[in-house]
Amino acid sequence: MSGFDLGVIIRSLPLLLEGMGVSLLLTVLAIAGGLSLGAVLAVLRLSRLRAVRTFAATYVVLFRSLPLLLLIFWFYFLIPLFLGHPIAGFDAALIAFVLFEAAFFCEIIRSGIQSVRQGQIMAGLATGLPYGAVMRAIVLPQAFRNMVPVLLLQCINLFKSTSLVYVVGVRDFLTAAEIVGTRDHQLTELYVFAALVYFTLCFGGARLVKRLERRYAL
Amino acid sequence: MRYSWKWSAVLTDPYFDWIISGLELTLLLSLISWAIALVLGCLIGIARTAETKWIRSLAAAYVECFRNVPLLVIFFLWYFVAPEILPRNAGLWVKRDLPFPEFWTSVVALSTYTAAMVAEQVRAGIEAIPRGQANAALASGLTRWQVYRYILLPVGLRIAVPALGNEFINIFKNSSLALSIGLLELTSRTRQISEYTYQPLEMFITASAVYFVIAMLTTAIMMAIERRSRLPGMITRATR
Repeated sequence: MSGFDLGVIIRSLPLLLEGMGVSLLLTVLAIAGGLSLGAVLAVLRLSRLRAVRTFAATYVVLFRSLPLLLLIFWFYFLIPLFLGHPIAGFDAALIAFVLFEAAFFCEIIRSGIQSVRQGQIMAGLATGLPYGAVMRAIVLPQAFRNMVPVLLLQCINLFKSTSLVYVVGVRDFLTAAEIVGTRDHQLTELYVFAALVYFTLCFGGARLVKRLERRYAL
Repeated sequence: MRYSWKWSAVLTDPYFDWIISGLELTLLLSLISWAIALVLGCLIGIARTAETKWIRSLAAAYVECFRNVPLLVIFFLWYFVAPEILPRNAGLWVKRDLPFPEFWTSVVALSTYTAAMVAEQVRAGIEAIPRGQANAALASGLTRWQVYRYILLPVGLRIAVPALGNEFINIFKNSSLALSIGLLELTSRTRQISEYTYQPLEMFITASAVYFVIAMLTTAIMMAIERRSRLPGMITRATR
């Protein structure tokens, strides 16, 4: 290896930034979808109806036992069979991410709700509040504070896993780095640079979450 | 949806053998990496609780480096970058003479990454023990090594068992990333066969079922270990 060449990174910055845009867009959309579906699943898991509970629990167990990579392939090959035409790698990956992350978000939300002690719910009901009001005024505000740091860390994890989309040809940040590196025969520089960027973003993010947690902890 | 199912494709020669060989690689890769990660992770986790500051910082740096970079990038760093920055002779050996490079590089990537996860759980387990216990042991004349050997590790590791179980289940799923550097493990094989046969659904259903069975088996094993290692009078499974 002949020295570390920074020039190539500066020259291809527009391409790398474009890739980072794709990574971040995928992260944001997957969080929005995964969090919504996860919240619904969490409500189902806490339902009084046994069949509903079992359904949500099965969903969580099933999706948590499969590798994300396999799920991305699943939708990349499955959806075209329904639609009759191929779909973009980005869409296939987004569907896989939403369904996969929903299982994790569901568990975080559920354990957040269950972290509020049973006695408080009973006390609320005993004072004559209806169940909905107990949830809204007593359980959810506390549950929310408990689960926010864990949810944010899961979002950072999600951002890290978006790098997997390269298997279906999406030009995310890592793929952009690889393309530049292969083109200019400087894979070493580009991979080290990519690692540093991911590290900075994820480490910084985790630090922020920690600070937030300390300030708002119950 | 028009799709002609042909389940016999899973069992035809040579595809069945390919699936089996993929499964073998997935299991071998995961188990070897887990063994290494467990040893390395315990050492790093213990180092994170050390008295000496530089040992603690070094261990923390290791954990943060591996936790904050995507696993896929770690695979690429070990496969493409490490041979370049190693000393010249070692780099040449890796490039020319290392037998089955995809497999052994995957073992290195997966075990160094998982070690960071294991280290965090071991550290958390040790730190969950009230400080007074270690102090009392030191005051009664035990050496620092003995404090770890007889007080901190037997309790701390048992507290960490449930969380370590999660990492054990994860390592099988994470092993699928080895396909990125060309290892023909289970996920890679099923994708390959689905391209050869145009029967993607049968292949992906088979692979998913296999991963599901692996997850169920590992969960059952971990629950058995958890039951046997549980500390009487302590709630080891975090309820929050």
